[in-house]
Amino acid sequence: MSNLDPVLMSRLLTGLTLFVHVNFATIGVGVPLMIALAEWRGVRRNDLQYILMARRWARGFVISVAVGVVTGTAISLQLSLLWPTFIRVAGQAVALPMFMETFAFFIEAIFMGLYLYTWDRFKNRYYHLLLLIPIAIGATASTFFITSMNAFMNNPQGFTLKNGVFTDVDPWSAMFNPATPTKVSHVLAASYTASAGLLAGIAAFSLLRGRKHDYYKKALKLTVTAAFVFAVSTAIIGDFSGKYLARYQPEKLAAAEWHFETMERAPLIYGGILDENNQVKYAIRIPYALSILAGSNPNAKVMGLDEIPKENVPPLSIHYMFDLKVTNGVLLVLIPFLYLVRGRLPGRFKIKGLPKWLLVAIVALVPLAFVAIELGWFFAEVGRQPWIVRGYMRVSEAATTSHSVGWMLVLFVILYLVLCYSCLRVLHKMFKNKSAEEELQEMAAAEGGWR
Amino acid sequence: MSYQVIGITVLWTFLFGYLIIASIDFGAGFFSFYSVMTGHENKVHNLIQRYLSPVWEVTNVFLIFFVIGLIGFFPDTAYYYGTALLVPGSLFLALLAIRGAYYAYNTYGVSKANNKLYMGLYGATGLLIPASLSTVLAISEGGIIEERGDFVLLHWSRFFANPYTWSAVLLALVSVLYISAMFMTYYADRAGDREAFNILRGYALLWSGPTILACVFAFFEINRQNPVHFQNMLNIAWMFIASLVCFIGAVYLVWKRSRIGLSIVLVLLQYAFAWYGYGHSHLPYLLYDYINLNKSFTNPAMATALITAFTLGLLVLIPSLVLLLRLFLFDAKYVRGELRKKGS
Repeated sequence: MSNLDPVLMSRLLTGLTLFVHVNFATIGVGVPLMIALAEWRGVRRNDLQYILMARRWARGFVISVAVGVVTGTAISLQLSLLWPTFIRVAGQAVALPMFMETFAFFIEAIFMGLYLYTWDRFKNRYYHLLLLIPIAIGATASTFFITSMNAFMNNPQGFTLKNGVFTDVDPWSAMFNPATPTKVSHVLAASYTASAGLLAGIAAFSLLRGRKHDYYKKALKLTVTAAFVFAVSTAIIGDFSGKYLARYQPEKLAAAEWHFETMERAPLIYGGILDENNQVKYAIRIPYALSILAGSNPNAKVMGLDEIPKENVPPLSIHYMFDLKVTNGVLLVLIPFLYLVRGRLPGRFKIKGLPKWLLVAIVALVPLAFVAIELGWFFAEVGRQPWIVRGYMRVSEAATTSHSVGWMLVLFVILYLVLCYSCLRVLHKMFKNKSAEEELQEMAAAEGGWR
Repeated sequence: MSYQVIGITVLWTFLFGYLIIASIDFGAGFFSFYSVMTGHENKVHNLIQRYLSPVWEVTNVFLIFFVIGLIGFFPDTAYYYGTALLVPGSLFLALLAIRGAYYAYNTYGVSKANNKLYMGLYGATGLLIPASLSTVLAISEGGIIEERGDFVLLHWSRFFANPYTWSAVLLALVSVLYISAMFMTYYADRAGDREAFNILRGYALLWSGPTILACVFAFFEINRQNPVHFQNMLNIAWMFIASLVCFIGAVYLVWKRSRIGLSIVLVLLQYAFAWYGYGHSHLPYLLYDYINLNKSFTNPAMATALITAFTLGLLVLIPSLVLLLRLFLFDAKYVRGELRKKGS
């Protein structure tokens, strides 16, 4: 174990922690918004079912937040433990967003505690709802700050490098680098989509399992509609990200598209495989599409890998990640769209007026969305290789020199397996023991008919 | 004051905040587990849970805040401590992860019955975490981390053979139990819960003796480890004497069962004097003698930005914390457990 390359091990361990954390972080960003939507509808319409929806989601949410908090703590410390040289040097330029992220998280954590324990504290029900605003702001702000740091690593600016030291630093310019707007908005929109998709999948699953109550139908309608809106905006912002890449990080786009030669009227390559001579086989070529994606113009010139020094070319395997992610994105728009036009859909077996196959497709939104999130991050991160700070510092120069990283990798693999397994078990038990119907009856009895 | 002094003061203050609320949290977790195991369950356990539930998330943030702030203001700390502490740091993270997750699983996930396994994990990790953290204090005195060419090494044998390491661990352990018991005594007093008060008061008095012994022990071990630091401490000896006076006052009040509110203030002062005295005398070194406060500071632009961000952040943070305290800590009805906690 101790002879393994610390650089590779550090990459694997960081990747593993982020792989786990990203799922919970996505839920942490998106689900509060969905809870707010449900509670707002419930309070405004005086509908107990939506209030219950918000409560049930909040209850599951807090379990996932717990794992999100601990994996988030892990990654924030692992940055220094695994990449000490990176933090020592680049910290001079990016400490600001990291520092501000902790503030945003602070606010979110405080108001989460308040929200969960004050369901019956306020006479005016809107006050309780208002507590969600700082939670949503905190979640959004922490996404902004931490993503802007990642954007800096992709598109560093706001300093000059002198003898291996970052000098003349402008922290604000480093934070608001060209990659920040598209990255942040894409991450936010994707998190909202995934969270709405997750809750939609749960509602559809309940209907498929034979739950008849109106509650599930309402939940489905709210979540699938939200998923559609968010998925469409994610796709639009994704297009902006493509244009950003063409302009600022052409090597990533070229590697993702297997675009070997600089040319105008560039075709987009979808799918396919690469043989040992770098020849593309079995792919679908869409004429002009890459030029349109990169420059909004079929004649736009797109830089190819031929203009990029060999040692700076990212792994060509990111093509698969990119294509799969985009495919998932299309399905994430298409399935909610089919739900919106459900009146015209065929289907022999219907549950509460919905074709069974459509419900199955909605359940599929859950894996589709989360796989898309993971692929998106893999694409963004692997596409930046071999750099840790693009153009300035290579990954191999930044890792720890400690020889124990391999053992730590083993430790964290076990830890995350245990945490995730028990998290799913707890969530499963939590909702299996109490159906929404039972809770609605209890609530109605307790409130004695609601004002 | 120079930027670096402002920076380290702010960070040291946040670490003090963490020390206090984490001690309460860690100790309370242990007492909670202990009370379930010994059948005192309904006497103190519910009270402790009522305190812990809304604050468990906030505790973590204080620590992250410190770590991120430290590497922001003093990037060299990431290099030396980061490289050397990979193994202890990872173990610490694993403990923290287990504790945080299983607390939430037990509190929100499992219905009614307390899961003994979850509670046990929670109670045990609560004592191991402060012990593992305190070792960084020992390392910071120098002699354990060594830089050799491109490598930074942690000498495990020196680390474990060092009496100061163990005195720091001991001090952390008993302090956690002492601070927590004192605070929970105060909380029980506010709740008007006599039974819980008596049990917790017993714990507080029980742990006060070992705390002061551990303090004295650690104090003299610093002399052996780092005489320069010890000499600096003697120069501001009044702070440590003030700390001792506060300790005596706090224990006396709890013994007399009077003015419990004042006693918790004295506990805070006791640790504040010792903490700032220790910190002040440690300067200018953050790691003896590799990281010097004045030589390892970040660039001025980043320092200004961080201090600006910090000031703005406090404007949001302080009112939020006050709100949290008012709704849960200083709300008599909530403390007594008269409010229903539905939806959770």
